[in-house]
Amino acid sequence: MSEITLDTLKPGDMARITKVRVKGPARRKLLDMGMVAGSEVELVRKAPLGDPIEFQIKGYHLSIRKEEASQIFVQKIE
Amino acid sequence: MGNTKIRVALAGNPNVGKTTLFNAITGSRQHVGNWPGVTVEKKTGVKTYRGYDIEITDLPGTYSLTAYSMDEIVARDYIIEEKPDIVIQIVDASNLERNLYLTTQLMELETEMIIALNMCDLALERGDKLYIDRMQEILAAPIVQTVASRDIGIDELLDRVIEQKQDDKYHGREIGYGDVIESKVLEIEKILLTDPSLQKKYPLRWMSIRLLEGDGNVKAKVEKSPVSKAINQLLASIDQEEYEAEIADKRYVAINAIFPQICTRCNVRLTKSDMIDRVLTNKYLGIPIFLALMWGAFELTFAFATPFTDMIERVFVWLAVNVSSGLEPQWLASLIGDGIIGGVGAVLTFVPNIFILFFLLSLLEGSGYLARAAFIMDRLMYKIGMHGKSFIPLLMGFGCNVPAIMAARSIEDEKDRLITILVVPFVSCGARLPIYILLAGAFFGRQAGTVVFFMYVLGIVVAVISAKLLRSTIVKGKPAPFIMEMPPYRVPTLRTSIVHMWDNGAMYIKKAGTIILLGVVIIWSLASFPWGIEYGSEGSYVGMIGHFFAPLLEPLGFDWKMTVALVFGLVAKEIVVASMGVLYGVGDNPAALTTSLIADPSITALSALSLMVFSLLYMPCVATLGVIKKETGSWKWAIFALIYGIVVAWLIAFLVYQGGKLLGY
Repeated sequence: MSEITLDTLKPGDMARITKVRVKGPARRKLLDMGMVAGSEVELVRKAPLGDPIEFQIKGYHLSIRKEEASQIFVQKIE
Repeated sequence: MGNTKIRVALAGNPNVGKTTLFNAITGSRQHVGNWPGVTVEKKTGVKTYRGYDIEITDLPGTYSLTAYSMDEIVARDYIIEEKPDIVIQIVDASNLERNLYLTTQLMELETEMIIALNMCDLALERGDKLYIDRMQEILAAPIVQTVASRDIGIDELLDRVIEQKQDDKYHGREIGYGDVIESKVLEIEKILLTDPSLQKKYPLRWMSIRLLEGDGNVKAKVEKSPVSKAINQLLASIDQEEYEAEIADKRYVAINAIFPQICTRCNVRLTKSDMIDRVLTNKYLGIPIFLALMWGAFELTFAFATPFTDMIERVFVWLAVNVSSGLEPQWLASLIGDGIIGGVGAVLTFVPNIFILFFLLSLLEGSGYLARAAFIMDRLMYKIGMHGKSFIPLLMGFGCNVPAIMAARSIEDEKDRLITILVVPFVSCGARLPIYILLAGAFFGRQAGTVVFFMYVLGIVVAVISAKLLRSTIVKGKPAPFIMEMPPYRVPTLRTSIVHMWDNGAMYIKKAGTIILLGVVIIWSLASFPWGIEYGSEGSYVGMIGHFFAPLLEPLGFDWKMTVALVFGLVAKEIVVASMGVLYGVGDNPAALTTSLIADPSITALSALSLMVFSLLYMPCVATLGVIKKETGSWKWAIFALIYGIVVAWLIAFLVYQGGKLLGY
């Protein structure tokens, strides 16, 4: 199965994180918020202007910008 | 004999009801201030219970205890350095996995811990099953179920605090990170052990783990120790970023192992929150609803406060007249009447706005909508170098810059917050409107409305450009990443909102109030001396300042009268109009003032426009400067705002006036 990035998912899509390539302070925060390899995420919705994006992860809702999402690699769960 | 004191720290994620629990325990016996050296709010309170004085410190709400933000550093430094007797972690029962992540880090600080499992009602209602006994066993900490919003479980929590205090045994538990990491941790710990002063002060296992994760703040703690060289050598040989991810990952692995033993979650596909969000953050409805809500909040903050503000003003005018009327000598009467009573009045007129604004902000935050507001606006704000959370302060700026700057407190990132604070003064507040109305009305006839509208737009444009400019110069860097929890919608608790409103209102009066009062008294002295002149006339110090600066402002089309009026505008911008009335000798009569302005050959439509532009942009009023100082914690930024404002105002007014002249107006 091919690796895609988190920002390419559509609302309702589920995926499993394979690699967090974000750098800088955002990386630390994302790890703390549960964006670690192996976590399952679901794209819940996009903001009215298309960015940021809201995900469900570890049983709660987290929103991040496309910029960070495009550096998080996932495998889609069909 | 006094009571035995127990020092307790409250830790927990944001949005888990920490403030509600704090208020439920301490009631009104609390003190709000700042943590030393930083602008993070510190709240402490005391509860006397069963013969003990339980002193509670509310730590900033954090998801983790790394050095990611000031909040996290403050929280963990308090636990490590001040060594409270007990740390209570408030855990959201309906969101255990992410909450336990903080628990795993608190454990490493080797402190006595009690877990308040809050909002159990929500979790149980949803159909979750919680196995409390098993949870106590695994986490090696007493667990108390609470519903802070309804005062449930508070006494039991305090009973556990006392029990834990009486029991000398340490109850600790830690999680393992697997052989690879553990061997490195051990290696670092061995080096640290050779410095007894470190061992006395810090939990070494925690320190080793943090060093392995590349924590700069912990590295600085080691820097002064003789072992720092050996540590740096060891750290240079490993990829800390890799370890950082691995350690976070291992914590979640541990949680995944614990979780099924302590909770069976009922997976509801569509919660109430989801349903609300389908409307409130809807692609088409989201923005209109947001704007409608903001309009409502704005109207409530300013329109609703107007009668109260007017009343305060009237009371102080009455006081000034009546208190000072019988007083001799006259300068004393003037000092007390115009200076002090007028100054206190100037401070207090903002209080209704501030109270209402903070009450509403607390409702928005408590309900969960504040996070959605940032979510909806972030795209737009990010484009101009700001964060989604900057929108509300900027909007409130149209009413009054003072509460607007205070509202910026909800922005966590220091730089984002600073930029917001510095650009808010360009947003045209209500006090500037009378200036536009007077001048546009006198000189622009039927175009007056358009001209006033142009002023508002100009304010926004200058704010946006300034934000961009600051981002690329003195507050370098990109806006902080938007990584935000969208908490479930909840009914906010009235008590929390009232306490929040009261705390912020009181803080404004105490901290900013003194600075504002001082500013007003200084302006009063400048207008009253040398003794014997008429208040604020050409012969006063203000008049002299006006004359002195008049040549500087001449290229903008201003004469000395306008300059003097602008100096008075420092107190509050609407005073520009009143002092022009004094200078033209027409007092409080707007029609007469309009006539004299039109008759004055030194004011043309062009110089009136230039004056409006200058009034919009030149330095923030004394009250705003006071709040900038208070909110940024230093005079540096207040002075920067003052000078930057004058420079920008001068440049743009110059362009308007000279450009207009070139075009033949």
